[in-house]
Amino acid sequence: MRSELDLELVGLTKRYGDVTAVDAISYLFKAGTYACLLGPSGCGKSSTLRMIAGHESVSDGAVRLSRRDISALPPAARGTAMMFQNYALFPHLSVADNVAFSLRMKGVGAPTRKARAAEMLALVDMAEFGDRVPAQLSGGQQQRVALARALITEPQVLLLDEPLSALDPFLRIRMRAELKRLQRELGITFIHVTHSQDEALALADEIVVMNNAVIEQAGPTRAVFEAPKTAFVARFLGSHNVIALPEGKIAVRADALQLNPPEGAKLQGKITNIEYQGTHVSLTAAIAGDQEVTAILSDRDFFGAPKDLGEAVGLDWDKQAAHALTA
Amino acid sequence: MLKNRHVSGWLMASPLALVLVVFLIAPILMIVVVSFWGATEWSIYPAFLWDNYEFLLTSEVTYRVFLNTFKYAFITWVFALGIGFTVAYFLAFHVRSLTWQVALFLLCTIPFWTSNIIRMISWIPFLGRNGLANSALISWGVIDEPLEWLLFSDFSVILAFVHLYTLFMVVPIFNTMMRIDKSLIEAAADAGASGWQTLWHVIVPLTKPGIMIGTIFVVTLVMGDFITVRFMSGSQSANVGRMIQNDIGLLQYPSASATAVILLITVLMVIGILLRFVDIRREL
Repeated sequence: MRSELDLELVGLTKRYGDVTAVDAISYLFKAGTYACLLGPSGCGKSSTLRMIAGHESVSDGAVRLSRRDISALPPAARGTAMMFQNYALFPHLSVADNVAFSLRMKGVGAPTRKARAAEMLALVDMAEFGDRVPAQLSGGQQQRVALARALITEPQVLLLDEPLSALDPFLRIRMRAELKRLQRELGITFIHVTHSQDEALALADEIVVMNNAVIEQAGPTRAVFEAPKTAFVARFLGSHNVIALPEGKIAVRADALQLNPPEGAKLQGKITNIEYQGTHVSLTAAIAGDQEVTAILSDRDFFGAPKDLGEAVGLDWDKQAAHALTA
Repeated sequence: MLKNRHVSGWLMASPLALVLVVFLIAPILMIVVVSFWGATEWSIYPAFLWDNYEFLLTSEVTYRVFLNTFKYAFITWVFALGIGFTVAYFLAFHVRSLTWQVALFLLCTIPFWTSNIIRMISWIPFLGRNGLANSALISWGVIDEPLEWLLFSDFSVILAFVHLYTLFMVVPIFNTMMRIDKSLIEAAADAGASGWQTLWHVIVPLTKPGIMIGTIFVVTLVMGDFITVRFMSGSQSANVGRMIQNDIGLLQYPSASATAVILLITVLMVIGILLRFVDIRREL
């Protein structure tokens, strides 16, 4: 169902001289979606986000929000707000003044500003830090302030550029839950750029996997993960084996592989590595054509019938577990 | 004995301390001592007299000359800041490539390949009664008579000061501006700030330490100058430096020393006041 607040990219293109950073991508982000732009560095995901935000000019195509083309509007007139990778808090202003900055630019009076800033800081659990300056905050706290500053403009779309990459792993997982909670509460669209597939899978309702300036595959997170269309997507999302068979390449999830005796199995291989990982065991086997596949077995299955390094095994999978890849 | 941490610490600090004592502390002490000496028309003699200070601080001329010095410093500062900030802003935020930034920055420093005095004197044929400026204005029909105030006036003194010292404003401001995270400018635009609002609410506050360092340079240079005032005013205007120079010419060292001590105290007070406004430690 199309709604008023859908964000649509239409043939969006970014060229820097001869280099095409983003090549005519089109996608519809439905209102209220948590979407992740996922891809390796240099794939064009950041340029895409910056074009949506208005910090990068659009070479061709359009960004449409609320049924109007916003690609020529200044950043603040678009109905989007951006949270920067390094947070970009103003070092000379207090936390409250940082959050209220956009209101001050609009000429809103001091009492209203103060009240609104306090409200936003409460939303991100930073109510008692209003008088500090950014240098006195930890990375996680700075990020909350940056979120509050972006949200005070009441955007329809919040754009997050690698928001968790500057945090340590423990905080990253906490902040990721926080982001998800905020998005649910506010009900607005979040577009989150990341190169981490864990982050994307954990957060996103929809993922857009980008590579070499184009969208490789996009759709509901689970649909993409369950049925990768290209070898790149299968490899980038992880937990998949890309196997070249005479009839073409297929992707099979590592946990869908079954170990059988070599005779009569779909593939024969030799175990080259065994890693115990607590709840499961990861087995790597070399198969014909100088390929490696990884199978993930539950600890119970593995230790019920342990295997040794160098042992010949057969690998099988259910027919519906294999996905033919187009590239 | 070298193992003793205190001794080795003192030893390591001593070369610099020695240089400072010999070339900074000792001369200043000497000046302070001499400023209390007595003088007649033909001799000076060691003593401890307040005469020099009394004469200096009760003379109306002193106040006029100090006031004039402040006037030069202030007007030069205003222009140096205006031009310096604009140039630094252009270099830091409008020139995109680092190569061009470095090239243009070096271009700013080219005049410094010649001496101050040559650059100063080169204004004279330009500004003189029959100089380039006057002839050009007359031939364009802007004026009928040559402008008298172009040379040997406060105008020419301040023009030379601005010309000589603006770079001392450009360098620290440019340096501070280059450290401003560019994403702050984008964040300001994201919050709806116009170009002027970004300049006033983000760039100027973050450039304050650089402005302050440049201000200290310009103010101290102008307040201690005498040669520019002498050449460009044709000896018609005076500042404190000229006053000291005159005394020295008349071999009135005690009086010159007293003036120098008062000037030193004045400049230190100005810097002290400036430092109260902005914390420059971040820049050092």
